[in-house]
Amino acid sequence: MKDSYDNPDERNLLDHTRQGVIGQPLDRPDGPLKVSGQAPYAAEYDRPDCAEGVLVGATISKGRVRAINRDAVLGMPGVLAVFSAPEMLRRAAQGGAGEAPMQDVRQVEFPLQPVALVVAETFEQATHAAKALKIDYDDQTGKAVLMPSPDKAEPAKDPVESGDLDAALKDAAHVVDVTYTTPGHASAAMEPHAAIAEWDGDRLTLHGSLQMVKYNVKELADSVDIPPENVRIVSAYVGGGFGSKLGISHEAVAAAVASRQLGRPVRVVMTRQQVFQAVMRRSETVQHIRLGADADGRLSALGHEAFVSNLPEESFSEPVLQATEFLYGGENRRLALNISRINRLTAGSVRAPGEAVGMPALEAAMDELAVALHLDPVELRKRNVPDEVPGQGKPYSSRKLVEALDAGARAFGWDRRMPLPCQRREGEWWIGMGMASAARVNILAKAEARVTLRADGTVLVETDQTDIGTGSYAILGQIAAEMLGQPIDRTTVHLGDSLFPQGAGSGGSWAASSTGSAVFRACEEIRAELARGLNCAPDDLQLRDGMVWVEGGEPRPVTDLMDGDIARVGRIEPGELMEKVKQATYGAFFCEVAVNAFTGETRVRRMTGAFGFGRVLNAKTARSQCLGGMVWGIGMALTEELQFDDRDGHLTNHDLAEYHVPVHRDIPEMEVLLIEERDAAASPLQAKGVGELGICGAAGAVANAIYNACGVRLRDFPMTPDKLLAELPDPFAGPT
Amino acid sequence: MKAFDYARAASLSDAVGAPACLIAGGTNLLDLMKLEVETPSALMDITRIGLNEITAEGDGLRIGALVTNAACAADPQVRQGWPLLSRAILAGASPQLRNKATTAGNLCQRTRCSYFMDNRSACNKRRPGSGCAALGGINRNHAILGTSDACIATYPGDMAVALAALDAQVKIEGPGGSRRIPLREFHRLPGDDPSRDNVLQPGEVITSVLLPAPVEGRQIYRKVRDRASYAFALVSVAAVLRIEDGTIVQAQLAFGSIAHKPWTDPRVDTLLVGERPSKALFDKAADLLLEGAQGQGGNDFKIPLARRTLAAVLAEATAE
Ligand SMILES: Cc1cc2nc3c(=O)[nH]c(=O)nc-3n(C[C@H](O)[C@H](O)[C@H](O)COP(=O)(O)OP(=O)(O)OC[C@H]3O[C@@H](n4cnc5c(N)ncnc54)[C@H](O)[C@@H]3O)c2cc1C
Ligand code: SF4
Repeated sequence: MKDSYDNPDERNLLDHTRQGVIGQPLDRPDGPLKVSGQAPYAAEYDRPDCAEGVLVGATISKGRVRAINRDAVLGMPGVLAVFSAPEMLRRAAQGGAGEAPMQDVRQVEFPLQPVALVVAETFEQATHAAKALKIDYDDQTGKAVLMPSPDKAEPAKDPVESGDLDAALKDAAHVVDVTYTTPGHASAAMEPHAAIAEWDGDRLTLHGSLQMVKYNVKELADSVDIPPENVRIVSAYVGGGFGSKLGISHEAVAAAVASRQLGRPVRVVMTRQQVFQAVMRRSETVQHIRLGADADGRLSALGHEAFVSNLPEESFSEPVLQATEFLYGGENRRLALNISRINRLTAGSVRAPGEAVGMPALEAAMDELAVALHLDPVELRKRNVPDEVPGQGKPYSSRKLVEALDAGARAFGWDRRMPLPCQRREGEWWIGMGMASAARVNILAKAEARVTLRADGTVLVETDQTDIGTGSYAILGQIAAEMLGQPIDRTTVHLGDSLFPQGAGSGGSWAASSTGSAVFRACEEIRAELARGLNCAPDDLQLRDGMVWVEGGEPRPVTDLMDGDIARVGRIEPGELMEKVKQATYGAFFCEVAVNAFTGETRVRRMTGAFGFGRVLNAKTARSQCLGGMVWGIGMALTEELQFDDRDGHLTNHDLAEYHVPVHRDIPEMEVLLIEERDAAASPLQAKGVGELGICGAAGAVANAIYNACGVRLRDFPMTPDKLLAELPDPFAGPT
Repeated sequence: MKAFDYARAASLSDAVGAPACLIAGGTNLLDLMKLEVETPSALMDITRIGLNEITAEGDGLRIGALVTNAACAADPQVRQGWPLLSRAILAGASPQLRNKATTAGNLCQRTRCSYFMDNRSACNKRRPGSGCAALGGINRNHAILGTSDACIATYPGDMAVALAALDAQVKIEGPGGSRRIPLREFHRLPGDDPSRDNVLQPGEVITSVLLPAPVEGRQIYRKVRDRASYAFALVSVAAVLRIEDGTIVQAQLAFGSIAHKPWTDPRVDTLLVGERPSKALFDKAADLLLEGAQGQGGNDFKIPLARRTLAAVLAEATAE
């Protein structure tokens, strides 16, 4: 079998297998370990003689370290060494970089950029010495760019242009021409970045908190200049990543450098503040959206021009327009992504890069169009579902947008929405409803996994795939158990160790479908082996609870067909299908909010999301992913914002007390509907990615509900009371 | 964190006059020590000296300095007679924090000004004479009343705002004896010495908070915040209001997160008494309250927000 996935697998094999565990809402096997403290996170491995390292951030915004006064701190209790080695990172690697070349950490590009590591016997000693360390700088803060400057932006890539946007806008019956802005976001994963490095001769072992082990191995090897074969990374449990742990970052390389020098294990755990200040941010965006439609609401013109920022030379630019390219029609279009350079920490992947911020803006603009047309917002979307990808003539693979819109609207009770704002008042609160579509590109990534059907009939799955809290342990076990006809409790999954075959890693929502496909293919080979024993075609094999038979035949223990373990490595690679058809996941959000007429506080009262992402591999973890996305969406709509002080560019809200993600009380009744779907173009599992879909548009539904409640159309996320206040109607006036 | 000596006081007398920084629940102090914003060389743990009971005193109530916020909020006597206090406490922090936090520690919690908590920044409160980085910086959560050129920080807490409305007293034990001061006079305005948040003198220990007899009428604590829980107030209003025959006969108001102390303005209380509630009256009260209010850019919105929150509270308190 070719590794690349070029032809849709329409056998839908997982609909015919007999075990019945695929899709089931099974608990995550790592769950009990995590809540009882038995799942070790990166910093928790007990390593004898481990020294503790603490990173030191630059106090200037741009410039160069001239000298470090090591001697003063080397005399402090417990202090072992101070490093400012050129190998250490000043920028974390982007996801999938696979390299982390020498950067010269003494060159300062943004405030609080790590420039040194202090190592001591205890964490407290290292922390205190790190605070005491005096560094002399050549301070060029005056030359730093401290504010985003869209006026100096350059194209991040070639704009997508077709037809004549300006002319189409002129001719359109209804035009919306608006600018939306979103602030920077932090990934805000629960577990801070942490690593323990130890050397055995010229071999390095790193326990890290990382999302994509196979790339991280190469990045770490590159930074400390050893062959990748000499690096082992263990990242078995990860307390959330949200993009910030895709590439190797400061703590891992610093630990490796210090450990090599000191000849003993070194642990480096970043503080919450350091993670916020130094690792990765989502760029702020300015989005100019122009929509032109005919009297029926059919789009003829679609302009979406976005401005983002990043450090000089950084390759990543928040792909704001990713879903705009394929979601709706509108033959005259201009989609342009522009980037300006700034001395702020690296902008990179944070929770659904692109759609997370692009979709809410687009969907709020669509809401404005619906208002202009006096048309139901759901109907407006349905009228603009294109037959083929606009401007590309490319067909879509399975697409459940309309089904999700309808199912979501029904479940939510969308028909009870007041068409005009300021119609529903309950005490002090204006009540309103809003909706938005969800869309996210789907990616199949290269992956390998080894499956072993052991002589005793138990199953073992091994891959360096990580589980960042998403359900990889559960899902990969379910696929193997289903394919090999074994109960789930006879299936074991080992993840996150670079000694295992290379999975896809956790990013871009691709882990379950990609590494799952590798597991599937490994199982197919094992099934082929078993089929040989029964002299039948592999797909005729019936397997369940350790028994094997062909239709009409007598079940017998599968172990009868084996003499010893059967181990196979399954492989998958993206193929022609990725190019030939547009693959994406779709959905719809419906939301009811209450806006306080006096104070401008917004509280979400209930929310429904309906999503289609191909085969559901585990209904519980899939639902949790969707829920999580919607929660982030509420945060994005109402509270989340990185606040930089423009005078020196430093981040002022760098912890979870001041960077507001939603808390329990912000999250009301949430309903998630999973739409039945098989997408054979996406993977042999007929599954697509689900992890990020739940955020992609969610904040737009909240924003639209705010408008429907109180008639205030904010175009600047997050929609905090101070912004709403200025435009709220007289609180003592009732509904209009 | 800087190394420090640690001792545990066995009794109040160990703590009074001790040349050490007191630590109670530690929920504020330890955070600041980790940031090295506070760098005491000695800590005196006062959690084992008693003072953790709530007892009746006359018609009023004595709340020990070490009663936890959780215990105080749940206390049946408090909930019965002074529900405002219970509500204000529950509007603050999180259950975990309230389980540790104490009455006195809560009163003494420091500002959430981000420059105060960041050693790199100029801050007259942390380093007298260094300047105030919040002026011209990110000052969304800063004060609009009673500020000075030296400092525009707020007292961020909730509990003390309720205590101010209830006109509580603070009992303090010092090397020279004990004293009792109105809570309304416990916190200071920054003036030219923002390093001092309150009037405690070195060596003094808060021993209790005294509540006067319960006031009949409505008790409302309204906290406006960015998220529904676990966020400091943008503006808060504590109100005790009694209405008879459609007329306001008693009014005690206090405001949080708009000044360096729980803000009270007797003129506003006086204005309301004897009047019948109306939108015009609420406006007049807000005009008076906000007469000298001054925004700093990021917090300009607090002026209309305080006005509107006051109106909401008065409307609620005086509704039929
Ligand atoms: C994330 C977070 C969110 C929070 N949100 C809120 C909120 O929304 N609303 C709110 O009101 N508060 C909030 N808080 C603050 C919390 O209420 C305080 O941290 C707590 O009340 C402090 O009490 P403690 O006993 O832990 O004080 P400690 O930290 O032990 O001490 C604080 C100060 O009080 C002094 N002190 C303690 N006891 C005495 C005494 N008997 N006599 C004299 N001095 C004394 C100490 O020396 C120290 O200077 C929050 C805190 C955190 C960390
Ligand atoms: S407002 Fe006060 S606490 Fe904040 S920086 Fe200025 S002086 Fe310091």
